[in-house]
Amino acid sequence: MREYYDDRIVALSARLVTPFIQLFALYVIFHGHYSPGGGFQGGAMLAASFLLIRLSIGTDAAQYQFRRAWGTPGSSIGTLVFLGTGFIAAFLGFNFLDYAGLPLGLPEPELRNIGILAVEVGVAIAVTATLTAIYDDLVGERLEPLTAGIDEATDLAEADQVDGSGWDAPEPADG
Amino acid sequence: MRRLVLVVLLAFAALLLYGIGHLPERGAADAPPNLAQSAAGSPNAATYYVENAYIDAETPNMVTVTLADYRGFDTLGETTVIFAAGIACALILRRAKR
Amino acid sequence: MAEFWDGGYAYVATALLLVIGLYAVLVKRNLVKKLIGLNIMQAAIILTWVAAATRPDATVPVLDTHGEHGHHGAETVVAAADYLNPLPHTLMLTAIVVGVATTGVAFALLISIYRRYGTLDEGELLRRMRGEAG
Repeated sequence: MREYYDDRIVALSARLVTPFIQLFALYVIFHGHYSPGGGFQGGAMLAASFLLIRLSIGTDAAQYQFRRAWGTPGSSIGTLVFLGTGFIAAFLGFNFLDYAGLPLGLPEPELRNIGILAVEVGVAIAVTATLTAIYDDLVGERLEPLTAGIDEATDLAEADQVDGSGWDAPEPADG
Repeated sequence: MRRLVLVVLLAFAALLLYGIGHLPERGAADAPPNLAQSAAGSPNAATYYVENAYIDAETPNMVTVTLADYRGFDTLGETTVIFAAGIACALILRRAKR
Repeated sequence: MAEFWDGGYAYVATALLLVIGLYAVLVKRNLVKKLIGLNIMQAAIILTWVAAATRPDATVPVLDTHGEHGHHGAETVVAAADYLNPLPHTLMLTAIVVGVATTGVAFALLISIYRRYGTLDEGELLRRMRGEAG
C-alpha cells in the first residue's frame, strides 16, 4: 500500500512549486499587519506546502524538509511563544497579554505592534506543526516496522512492502 | 423512516426561513452590530476597535489588532485548542513499539 | 421582496447549505459522509456570520496608510462608518480553525473505529458492536 502519488512529473511539479508556496506563506504571516492575513492563514499555507511534498514524493524523502518528529514539539513551541509573551508582561507588573509591558524600550503603540507580531509567529508555528502532525498520524507511511499489535483490519506485512519507483539507472554507453 | 427524515428537514428549513424573514436587512445602518451605541447605552465594541486600532497599535489591519490585542485571550484559547487536537490525534493513533 | 435581491439572498443560500448538511448527517450511512455533512453545516454558519457583517458604503477593515508611514498614529482620525465591523471576521477566524482541529480529531477516531471493527457503515458497525456485547 503506497501512500504517495508515484509519478515523476507530479514530483517535479511539486518540487518546483513548493518554495513559492512557502515564500508566499511567510509573506502572509508577516504581512498580517498591513493586509488580510496573519498567523492562522500563513500557518495553514505552510502546512499545505509540507503536505504537498509528502503526498507527491513520499514521507521518506519529505523528512529532509520537515521531520515527522518535529510535529508535536513544534505545536508545543508555538503555544509556548504565545504564552511566553503573555507571561513576560505579567511578570513585569502589567496585565497578562498586555503588550505594553514588553521590556523593549519603545513607545507603547510600537510595543503593541511587536507584541502582535510575536504572537502571530507563535500561532503560525503551532498551526503548521499541528496540521503536519495530524497528517502524519492519519496517513503517513510508517518509517519503521511495527513489531506487535496486529489487528484484523489492516495487514501489516502487506503495508510494509514499498515498491521501488521503477526508475533504473541508464545503461552505460558502450565504447 | 425516509418520510420522517423528509418531514424533519422540511420543518427545519421552514424554521430557518421564518427566522431569516425576521432578521434586520443585511447591512442596515440601524442593525445592532452597526450602531454606535448598544441598546443598553454602552459604547459599541466594534466602533471602539475600528476607531482606536491604529492609535493603540500602529497597525493598519483592524482585524489582526482585534484578534491579537483586544481579544488576545480568545486567540490564546484557540491556539490551545489546536494544540490539544494535535495531541489527541497523536494519542489516538500512534501505537508504541513493543 | 426587493431587499431579497439586494442582499437577503445570502441568508437563504446559507440556510440551504445548513439543510444540505443536515440531510447528509441524517441520511447517509457512511460515517465519513456524515462528517462531511457536519463540515458543510459549519461552513454555512461561518458564511452567515460573515455575510451579516456589512455596512452601507463601507470597505474592508484595513486602513490605508500609504502616505502616512512614520506619521504618529495618534493623529489619524478614523470614522467608524467607513469600515466594516471587524468583530465577526475575528470570531469566524477562530471558528474556522477550531473546525479544522475538530475534523482532524474526528478523522482520527474514524480510523480507530475502522481498525477495530473493520467497517465504516453505520448499520454494519452497530451490528458488529452488538455482536461483541451480546
